[in-house]
Amino acid sequence: MSVPEKFGQALLALAIFGVVLLVVLHIAGRTSTRAPRLSIALFLGPALALLGIGLAYPAIRTIVASFFDASGRNFVGPANYLTLVEDPTMQRVVLNTLLWIVVCPVVSTAIGLLYAVMADRVRWEVLAKTLIFLPMAISFVGAAIIWKFVYEYRADQPGIQQIGILNQLLVWLGGQPQQFLTVEPRNTFALMVVMIWIEAGFAMTVLSAAIKGVPRELLESALIDGAGPVQQFLQITVPMIRSALVLVLTAITIAVLKVFDVVLTMTGGQFATSVIANEYYAQTFRFFNSGLGAALATVLFAFIVPIVIYNVLQFRKARIS
Amino acid sequence: MSATVTRRSRPSAAVARRRLTHPFASAAVFAIAVLWTIPTFGLFLTSLRPEAQIKTTGWWTFFAEPQLTADNYVGVLFGGRDALAGYFVNSLVIVVPSVIIPIVLASLAAYAFAWMRFRGRDTLFLVVFTIQIVPVQVALIPLLQMFVGLHLAGTFWTLWIAHTIFALPLAIYILHNFIAAIPAEIIEAARIDGAHHAHIFRMIVLPLAMPAIAAFGVFQFLWVWNDLLVSLAFAGGVPAVAPLTVRLQQLSGTYGTEWQLLSSGAFVSIVVPVIVFIALQRFFVRGLLAGSVKS
Repeated sequence: MSVPEKFGQALLALAIFGVVLLVVLHIAGRTSTRAPRLSIALFLGPALALLGIGLAYPAIRTIVASFFDASGRNFVGPANYLTLVEDPTMQRVVLNTLLWIVVCPVVSTAIGLLYAVMADRVRWEVLAKTLIFLPMAISFVGAAIIWKFVYEYRADQPGIQQIGILNQLLVWLGGQPQQFLTVEPRNTFALMVVMIWIEAGFAMTVLSAAIKGVPRELLESALIDGAGPVQQFLQITVPMIRSALVLVLTAITIAVLKVFDVVLTMTGGQFATSVIANEYYAQTFRFFNSGLGAALATVLFAFIVPIVIYNVLQFRKARIS
Repeated sequence: MSATVTRRSRPSAAVARRRLTHPFASAAVFAIAVLWTIPTFGLFLTSLRPEAQIKTTGWWTFFAEPQLTADNYVGVLFGGRDALAGYFVNSLVIVVPSVIIPIVLASLAAYAFAWMRFRGRDTLFLVVFTIQIVPVQVALIPLLQMFVGLHLAGTFWTLWIAHTIFALPLAIYILHNFIAAIPAEIIEAARIDGAHHAHIFRMIVLPLAMPAIAAFGVFQFLWVWNDLLVSLAFAGGVPAVAPLTVRLQQLSGTYGTEWQLLSSGAFVSIVVPVIVFIALQRFFVRGLLAGSVKS
């Protein structure tokens, strides 16, 4: 396909979509008084049909597939789930995932929160916030390559210089260059740094908006009452932005559960760094084990559901009180 | 009375503000900002250094022997059979319909949920809202099988359709929040004048919803441009259709130490979203807050 052909296809798709849309709106306009139900169907139908065919039905199919074998033909009961619990490689995958969702959300949120509080008080606030937020615009693949270069390792031999900044810093400080990505378990933490680097900006932005909503008089009266900045922060700011904190923590947890780009790009899941989302991809698209892949996707789903329910309940509570 | 209060509170407020602006905060913010920027800056500087230097010395030596070149970019964009320029075009071709189509479909649905009256409306809206929790991973294989059945596998259509579907729940949610907040008098007045739904939607709701549409548009643009999983699943083995992220991930695997390729390639993919992001940051932040805080 040539370049004009590609753009031509995109234009064609948009044109077809546009024509269909105009026809739909036209019919809806013509019939809105005589057949109001038809209007509703025309407005809602396309979106609902796509969601049903593209999300709801596939979700059910995948859950069913998780009880079948690699070929997807023979029913095997809970065998795939037992593999996740019993196989040492899979145990490691689940353990790594748990480690990710414990460490990343807390560290990203803590950094984002501290930064949001402090950046409010510097003169170059907008620039300061943009610099931390910028990684949010970069793809996980791009971020992974950026950090792979930070961790780059060269053998410690005469005449060989380090080209990764982290190992160069170690050498400058008189240490030995280290393999950050191949030595477990520290390599998993090296990968988490990338995620924290990305998500701290998200946490900072949402929390910064919440902090701006804390009434200034409240903070000032606390200061006048003799509270130090730390006390003021812990006793007024943090409780006031509690629901935003819960939201940020849960949103990052879900993002961390789903991320596989960082792992795939940096280590390919080797050296005991795989997580559920990466293993799902490997089993499904590389080893063509559709049963185990489906089980991993279902487990991912099962991890996410309680987090979302907790989130919704928190907001109900916040709204009632 | 109020005058004395103001006079009394003014010095205390000033004291409070002064105590809030601590030099420690400035130093800490500066340190973190530098720490956050160095990784990107280092790779960017590397992408502009000659290949021989990249392979022997770190980017910080640039300041001792400054030498810049665009060769890496020319090489990675146009050199060889799998040049990045083609993938760049693919990314553009994928992203435009994948942003426009879900916005239109979602605003239609959001309008229906906000301004059309029918039985089970609230329940249906709750279902659409809930479906957000379904992770993309769960849908990929069944979708792929459908695309194969429809003879769409390996075409742009798979990505346009998949990105549209995955965008809909959040798009409907964000746009509904906004469209439902349009004052009822405006809609009622149009109805009394004899305007029907299609007319109200096109002439009143769409123009008024532009801020929300822009917010979601930026969000969706970054999401699609930066996506790897959906692209790998539907176009991983099809260079004619695969976007930049797919090629970059392959480069990282096969040319893991060819930093002249990786650094310039990474920035070819980064530059578009960063420009969009900086230019439209206002809308993006608004979309982020609408999608998260106000739920």
